[in-house]
Amino acid sequence: MIELGGVGQVFEGRGGRVQALDDIDLHVRENEFVTLIGRSGCGKSTLLRLIAGLLPPTYGAVTVAGEPVTGPRRDVSFMFQRPALLPWRSVLSNVMLPVEISGGDSGRKEYRDRAHELLELVGLSGFERRLPHELSGGMQQRVSLCRSLIRRPQVMLMDEPFSALDALTRTEMSDELQRIQMELATTIVFVTHSIEEAVLLADRVVVLTPRPGRLREIVEIDIPRPRSLGTNAHLTEVAEISGRLHGLLAEKTHPADAPEANR
Amino acid sequence: MKTRSSWLTTSRTSAILLPVVGVIATIALWWLVIVLFDIKQFLLPSPYDVLQRFLEQPGYLLQQTWVSLVESLAGFGLAIVIGIPIALVIVRSAILERLVYPLLLAVNAIPKIAIAPLLVVWMGFGQLPKIMMALLVCFFPIVISTAQGMKSTPAELVELLRSLKASRTQEFFKLRLTYALPQIFTGLKVAISLAVIGSVIGEFAGSTEGLGYVIWNSGASADTPLAFAAIGLLSIMSIVLFYGLVLLEHLLLPWAEETR
Repeated sequence: MIELGGVGQVFEGRGGRVQALDDIDLHVRENEFVTLIGRSGCGKSTLLRLIAGLLPPTYGAVTVAGEPVTGPRRDVSFMFQRPALLPWRSVLSNVMLPVEISGGDSGRKEYRDRAHELLELVGLSGFERRLPHELSGGMQQRVSLCRSLIRRPQVMLMDEPFSALDALTRTEMSDELQRIQMELATTIVFVTHSIEEAVLLADRVVVLTPRPGRLREIVEIDIPRPRSLGTNAHLTEVAEISGRLHGLLAEKTHPADAPEANR
Repeated sequence: MKTRSSWLTTSRTSAILLPVVGVIATIALWWLVIVLFDIKQFLLPSPYDVLQRFLEQPGYLLQQTWVSLVESLAGFGLAIVIGIPIALVIVRSAILERLVYPLLLAVNAIPKIAIAPLLVVWMGFGQLPKIMMALLVCFFPIVISTAQGMKSTPAELVELLRSLKASRTQEFFKLRLTYALPQIFTGLKVAISLAVIGSVIGEFAGSTEGLGYVIWNSGASADTPLAFAAIGLLSIMSIVLFYGLVLLEHLLLPWAEETR
């Protein structure tokens, strides 16, 4: 579904050249859930933006669904760390934003029904008319999730979407996301810096080294779904994989306190 | 966020009551000073003298108020019609910004009172030079606040629209312009009081009507109560216009107070 070949990214900043990513080869299969993990500044957000077509790679090739990425695609959705809702739009109207931007009134009604379904799926029915500031952070991020699902994307790119939420909401959202992915069969690339989240959600965890971001290792997670943090099943496997990821991330490569460069 | 919940800070009645109390207290103090120090009427009239003077010619004074109001609003309206597009152009093009911005600054830096007589020379004694003066005085804050507002769009929202493949036009109308509205309103609220000041400056420079003319004339005949009555009417006009805008903002942008 997603193919990255020899991809690298160099930023020309005031302080000179910064090599954010180098020599990334990655193949993400259809309906696969991949988490990208690494220290801050390892270029994981940049990698996500390359796939999204928000940023052209300095070198290397990115393809989605067999086509070279030249810009944002309608069948790829992007979810941000913050909810990024338009404050003057109601919940429903925020969810409908992608449809509105695609233009064309065909199927508007159908999308509206879908928006209601999605809001119900994440437990927000009854809140359609509310404005974003009337909702909690977790509810806002759920609206954001509905918005990224409205156009039935083939690929969902998620940039630390739950990192600003409290622990409990985060667990709930992780459960919901797994359920949604099993139901809707989408390919997901999910950036996180939480080992726990990476293991819980992923079919494969991609570990990046910091500065420049290179593939450190790809770890297969063979634990049956749905997985949940609350239960004790497969505790030993989870502990074993988490330990391994910890080791990979902790390995000394470059100074860890290097400035943030993932944008 | 509300930190205190006493009725004095939250209740709706107090929102109206407290300003009224403030005004009444000021008037009482003013009166007290006059009585205590036995100040002559032509130096500082008492509130009663001012009211009395207004009631001698209420029709005339209200008519002059109307003249000034029309001039102020016309100047303010023109400032919006001219100022907002200028701001949009400046934000859109760095070249035009560099070209136009120093000129705008220069125009804004000119003491307006200095060009008031020129406006009379160019445009005569009618309402046009007053409208121009109101426009000149109040359009700069509109340009600045609009430009500022247009630049304040959060990067993540811009990125969101880009990820949705929005066109430049969609990005402009669905995001940037709406996002700028609260800041545009801030500029409008500054501008509306300035527009009133502008029209009065214009009237000072040569006219036969308007509250500015009334004040100018009363000075010549040492009719201080009349000057105070006119000043009072000007203040009331400014206050009403300002709160009119506040109300409009409240109705049009219910989301703004909560997100800023």
